[in-house]
Amino acid sequence: MTLLSDNTALVPRSLQGRARTWRLRRGGLRLRRVAVALILPLALVAAWWLASSQGWLPEQILPSPAYVYATAVEMIASGEILYHTGVSLRRVVIGFLFGAVAGLTLGVAMGLSRRVDDYVRPLFLAFAQIPTLGWIPLLMLIFGIGETLKIIVIAKGALVPMTLNTAAGIRSVPANFVEVGHALRFNRWQTLRLIVLPGAAPSIFTGIRYGLTHSWTALVGVELLASSEGLGYLLVWGRQMFWLDVVIVAMIAIGIVGFLMDKGFDATENRVQRWKQKEES
Amino acid sequence: MAASYVSSERVLKIRRGLTLPILLLILWEGSSRSGLVDPRFLPALEDVFLTAKRELIDNNLIGELGFSLFRNIAGFLLGSALGVLFATLLALSRVADALITPTFNGLKQISLLAWIPLISIWFGFGEQAKIVFVALAAFIPVVLNTYEGMRNVPADLIEVGDALRFTPTQRITRIFLPSALPSIATGVHLGLIYSWLATVGAEYFLAVGPGIGGLIIAGRERFDMALVMVGVIILGIVGFILNRLAAKVENYLLRWRVSTH
Repeated sequence: MTLLSDNTALVPRSLQGRARTWRLRRGGLRLRRVAVALILPLALVAAWWLASSQGWLPEQILPSPAYVYATAVEMIASGEILYHTGVSLRRVVIGFLFGAVAGLTLGVAMGLSRRVDDYVRPLFLAFAQIPTLGWIPLLMLIFGIGETLKIIVIAKGALVPMTLNTAAGIRSVPANFVEVGHALRFNRWQTLRLIVLPGAAPSIFTGIRYGLTHSWTALVGVELLASSEGLGYLLVWGRQMFWLDVVIVAMIAIGIVGFLMDKGFDATENRVQRWKQKEES
Repeated sequence: MAASYVSSERVLKIRRGLTLPILLLILWEGSSRSGLVDPRFLPALEDVFLTAKRELIDNNLIGELGFSLFRNIAGFLLGSALGVLFATLLALSRVADALITPTFNGLKQISLLAWIPLISIWFGFGEQAKIVFVALAAFIPVVLNTYEGMRNVPADLIEVGDALRFTPTQRITRIFLPSALPSIATGVHLGLIYSWLATVGAEYFLAVGPGIGGLIIAGRERFDMALVMVGVIILGIVGFILNRLAAKVENYLLRWRVSTH
């Protein structure tokens, strides 16, 4: 991309014009793609609207789209949805940070030392074998249903992929890279910071991505089981009251947060791994 | 010489691997016997064994496990079969891809467990709802990976198909499916793991009935830590076995690929 724009002065004028129509056409294609992508959701909403306005399905099974929309607007205006999203996000961020830092530390230790790996891995894998959801009732007995429980469950969700991917990433750093470090007389810390961690970065990022996803799933799970606020609680509450509109609004909010976390993560990954792209192009 | 070297390294590895678990067990036994820790939180090892024995012999633990496994397998088979079909459609039809993929990608953002309330209202709280949920859990990774695999079929393979004048069915069964098989296997493997998670989730959140998840929830409600632990350990063991099984099947299905590398 940068190559193209830097050299426009060298490109004959006639070709510049062609480049512009190309760009326009590409923009048009993108617009068309978006339009086509919207057909199905719009058709679904239309069918939904028709079904509810004709009374094919009772309100409790499927409230009308207008009703869900009104609920969404009301919950946004009253700040309710923002409040519960905030509560959930706070839990995920804190829990994820704990889990990620612990996982990174453990993963680095396991990746660097065969001995630590030999000692820790079997027990770690045995614990990791049990799904996060399985831990919740056990932890509930020990920690009650307060904030501690949620943070621990979310942290566990992030811990497992972070540890395993970090360790694997460090193991995969080519030995000759480390030898270069020796040749340059790097000390231990320099080797770690300048060679091992950057070399393991792609794998660590995979770990962070899975960690985030697992944390988010764990959050919804723990909030469904034991919570009096947060998006998961909205789901439970809506279901108990048979307020499907609230349930749907909460699901959409969960989807949007998941989507934004994904996108935010992509942006961070690209930023931190700028060097990688430069190398490739 | 070499063999004994390898085996002594192996022994060392096993010895190291067992150190922490054994220490943990000693610590557990010590603290529960000495009364350092409230036995309600940490029951003695013996209690956990006795509970396991009681559940196994008197309370039909195997039956409960059977219920869970049945849901798991039924949902998994349903979800992954639909997943492969759906992804094949998306990957091979340009129209379907343009129309459906963006919506699928949007819906996939909704965390799996968040579907439970909607499923429970639409399908009730019975077996049907649980299987639908487990199927959904398997469906998503199978679709994503199958789609990915079919999209990355090498262009020259497709050209060979053209040259041989394959019919569309032949193209799918002779080129796209075999070529995407590694990816599909990954998706099915993930689907198996997720469906086990979803089985537990369905048993937690959709009316407690027979099943391992129900057992754990019952243990929590009775504050019976030993029972909860038995349930959690079984969850882990089953998860482990399913995982191993999936890896075996994956290797078996992909054995023909080894020769080409």
